[in-house]
Amino acid sequence: MRNRFKNTKLVGLMTFMLVFLAACGQPELSTLIPAGEVGQEQFDLMMLSVAIMTLVVVVVVIMFTIAVVKSRRSKLGEDFKPKQVAGNHTLEVIWTTIPIILIIILAIPTVYLVFKQADVSSAISQDGQIAEDEIVINVRAYQYWWEFEYPNEGVVTSQDLVVPTDTQVYFTLQGTDVKHSFWIPAAGGKLDTNIDGINHFYLVFDDDKAQEADRLFYGKCAELCGPSHALMDFKVNALPMDEYNQWLADMKTMEEPLEASADDAIEGQEIFNNSCIACHAVSQGGNAGAPGPNLTNFGDRHLIAGYLEHNEENLKAWISDPESLKPGNLMSGTYDLTEEEIEKVAAYLMELSVKEGSGDVSEIEALRESGSEDEDTEEGGEE
Amino acid sequence: MAATAQKRSAWSVIWDYLTTVDHKKIAILYLMGGGFFFLLGGLEAMLIRIQLAVPNNDFLSAGMFNQVITMHGTTMIFLAAMPLLIAFMNAVVPLQIGARDVAFPFLNALGFWVFFFGGVFLNLSWFLGGAPDAGWTSYASLAIDSPGHGVDFYALGLQITGAGTLMTGINFVTTIITMRAPGMTFMRMPLMTWTTLVAAVLIVFAFPPLTIALFLLIFDRMFGSNFFIVEAGGNTIIWEHFFWIFGHPEVYILILPAFGIFSEIFSIFARKRLFGYSSMVFATVLIGFFGFMVWAHHMFTTGLGATANAIFGVATMAIAIPTGIKIFNWILTIWGGSIKFTTPMLYALAFIPSFTMGGVTGIMLATVPADYQFHDTYFVVAHFHYVIVGGTVFAILAGLHLYWPLMFNTMLNERLGKWTFWLFFTGFHLTFLIQHWLGLWGMPRRVFTYLDGQGYNLANMVSTIGAVLMAVATLILAYNIVMTIVRNERVGKDPWGDGRTLEWSLPLPVPYYNFAQIPLIRGLDAYQIEKEENNGEMIPSEPLDDFHMPNNSFIPFVMSFGLFVTGFGALYFASGKDWAINAVSNMPVHDWALYVLIAGLAITFISMGVRSWKDDLGYYVKKEELERDLAALEEERGAN
Repeated sequence: MRNRFKNTKLVGLMTFMLVFLAACGQPELSTLIPAGEVGQEQFDLMMLSVAIMTLVVVVVVIMFTIAVVKSRRSKLGEDFKPKQVAGNHTLEVIWTTIPIILIIILAIPTVYLVFKQADVSSAISQDGQIAEDEIVINVRAYQYWWEFEYPNEGVVTSQDLVVPTDTQVYFTLQGTDVKHSFWIPAAGGKLDTNIDGINHFYLVFDDDKAQEADRLFYGKCAELCGPSHALMDFKVNALPMDEYNQWLADMKTMEEPLEASADDAIEGQEIFNNSCIACHAVSQGGNAGAPGPNLTNFGDRHLIAGYLEHNEENLKAWISDPESLKPGNLMSGTYDLTEEEIEKVAAYLMELSVKEGSGDVSEIEALRESGSEDEDTEEGGEE
Repeated sequence: MAATAQKRSAWSVIWDYLTTVDHKKIAILYLMGGGFFFLLGGLEAMLIRIQLAVPNNDFLSAGMFNQVITMHGTTMIFLAAMPLLIAFMNAVVPLQIGARDVAFPFLNALGFWVFFFGGVFLNLSWFLGGAPDAGWTSYASLAIDSPGHGVDFYALGLQITGAGTLMTGINFVTTIITMRAPGMTFMRMPLMTWTTLVAAVLIVFAFPPLTIALFLLIFDRMFGSNFFIVEAGGNTIIWEHFFWIFGHPEVYILILPAFGIFSEIFSIFARKRLFGYSSMVFATVLIGFFGFMVWAHHMFTTGLGATANAIFGVATMAIAIPTGIKIFNWILTIWGGSIKFTTPMLYALAFIPSFTMGGVTGIMLATVPADYQFHDTYFVVAHFHYVIVGGTVFAILAGLHLYWPLMFNTMLNERLGKWTFWLFFTGFHLTFLIQHWLGLWGMPRRVFTYLDGQGYNLANMVSTIGAVLMAVATLILAYNIVMTIVRNERVGKDPWGDGRTLEWSLPLPVPYYNFAQIPLIRGLDAYQIEKEENNGEMIPSEPLDDFHMPNNSFIPFVMSFGLFVTGFGALYFASGKDWAINAVSNMPVHDWALYVLIAGLAITFISMGVRSWKDDLGYYVKKEELERDLAALEEERGAN
């Protein structure tokens, strides 16, 4: 009996959790399962406002229901003559004052958090100078893809954003063609990538939350930017600090393009160098801001074209007809490759992998040195 | 009476409406024009919901989807909601304040035709190379980038239709300030008149920024200027400011007349005077005033900085206070009243909880850091549909049933009306409630599709089912309208039985001159006072005598048609010109465009000249005719 009761309880709990989780969305992309400090603060503010607003709605609905139920003509009769009331001073003072108090309760944390979350001064100065020991990532938004540059480390990548966990990650945001908006729902709110100037903000990714989401958060473009706006997704790979540093060090080894090994990949590299390299870099030798995504670690990525499963089939489909997969993209019609050539290029691109542990991490760690103490205390504070 | 008794040819009826300057007929024109565009916008909404019903759908292509959402928003705001509200303003306000027409009847007709031709121009883009696709906000960087003439149709079409709205705004401000019957002080004006006045003032101040922004966009796209072209020193954020300095007051232009209609309905069907009339008036004015100071809350994620965001966030929250006052005053109006559940009253009652929900999410959006999450997601889509559908559209549907007898002297079927209401109400909440969660689960707005495996599938399907219910409700409403017109069962004066304000004191159909004698107003709810004290007879404020009325005129139609033609000329003139923006300069050159441009302007300016130099002195309604009409009414009453 006892066991059965326990089971019922367990089932009940599971059902409740299931419904609750369903109402919260999925950990890799829901604002209701915040993955770090910024998202958590925004979530808490949301819940405060929900609490106040629920109170308001409940009061209104109760008053409304009583008014309607009590005053039905079908109940009161056709001859009932309502008393004509011009107003009531006390009541009006009450329902003016209470909202003012509620709004003050809501306004104080709002204003506090606005200023707190806008403060990037420890990493980015007023005139845009970047502190060398901080984690700063330059984001550039293009029609339907994202470029991520790590200016302190001299690394450029695209589509897969790699960030460290348990520390403030500062972003500088810029649009190149039209306005986009950079949004990682689980980590925190969005900020637009204007074409007029650079915006700054920071996000934090908690390591335990990252593990819950398999270390991959979803990122999205949140401002209408053309036909393929809906497909302008990216992935956020949140790694512990040491793995993050190692990844940067590995990327830095790729100053020269990787030499292809398989036969068709070797041929593919040649085709790539003739047809594609004008827009797509495959090494860390060049600068950020190329016309097409940097493909240095393409083979290691999680998505094709920002939203398709990462496999060779999808890659070939993408190269042979990008327009059908991402309408309005700027790659369509800029090259002319046969099916055979596409297969070879695809083979080459899938080989573009950065060997884990190949880089010397000490240089990157030295870069963090001066700021490491601050980070330690911050981590301590959170726990 | 004599006019309706005559058999008239279809052509003479059409000609009458093409040339009319009578506010009651212009109201019917607005109702037809706005109703047509409402159906069109609704159709576009259905296309959106079909496309989003399942993940990875290809019912609409990505580019087509963007055209549909742009046109859905633009059509519903500019061509459906506003004109339908203006229809009720025209039908009711002059009667409510005891005037024989609006202050500028010619301008009234011109305003309608300019709006109508602007709307037609915008919608012809579907057949002429593609509709605009940069969203109803048409943010500059994307609008400049958009290829083809779509955005040009948007800019020119809204420019034309906006001019019409501006004229209407000026007209109603003047009418309400100068043409009230003796005794109708400002603080005796019915709420519908007050909200119309404030909305009209908002139109006068809000539309000029839009006009300027659209001109800058037109110049950039077609004439080689650089206002929004960043490489040449322009700035796209300026567009956002311009647009929302217009756009935020615009939502109050949409909601205030809705508040007015509901205030009338609560009073009538609860048989009670409005609770807290003076605080309602004060709240209306305050909302209108605040409406101009919060535009940047649409731009919290633009990166304006913490100070601007904090100020605009708190200012936005402050709007909750006057709005809250209104909600509680309405509840206290029905409290202790005698409620009859007619179709208009059902909409009004449903409005209170629905609009409150839209209101509280509005406050949530004002909590800036949380807005960083809400902004540009389905949460926002849910919020503004709760206020615009739960507020404005409910008011339009309620007003349609309430004022139908005043406009057509027949009554819409109540049974069908209630069917429409329940289906629409259920469909509305089914469609939009779940969208709050979609936004919180990370679904951005304006996406033509979404991928499987993100947990959005079920919610989107629910939303689409809700939209189908709303569509069915609309079809029942259309059937109701057609059957009511076919049956043509006449009702008499004060058809709801509980009319309180001046418009219900008039005989139906309302004579073309409205009032044989302008009545004397002795207080708020002028007709109710006379029902209690004078057997329902308004006391005249003037002796029976001749009075002046304006002549019909075809010039407003021609003048507006000229602007319509000009629009095409300006649009195609830019094609292929190397100084135009890339999106337009690589289109084929049209040599005829210049002549069309000149011809269109010529039509407009010549008709303006004719209007200016050819005196049109109007005519007098003779005392004898009035006496005849009054005698006929007397006889009718005797017969009953």
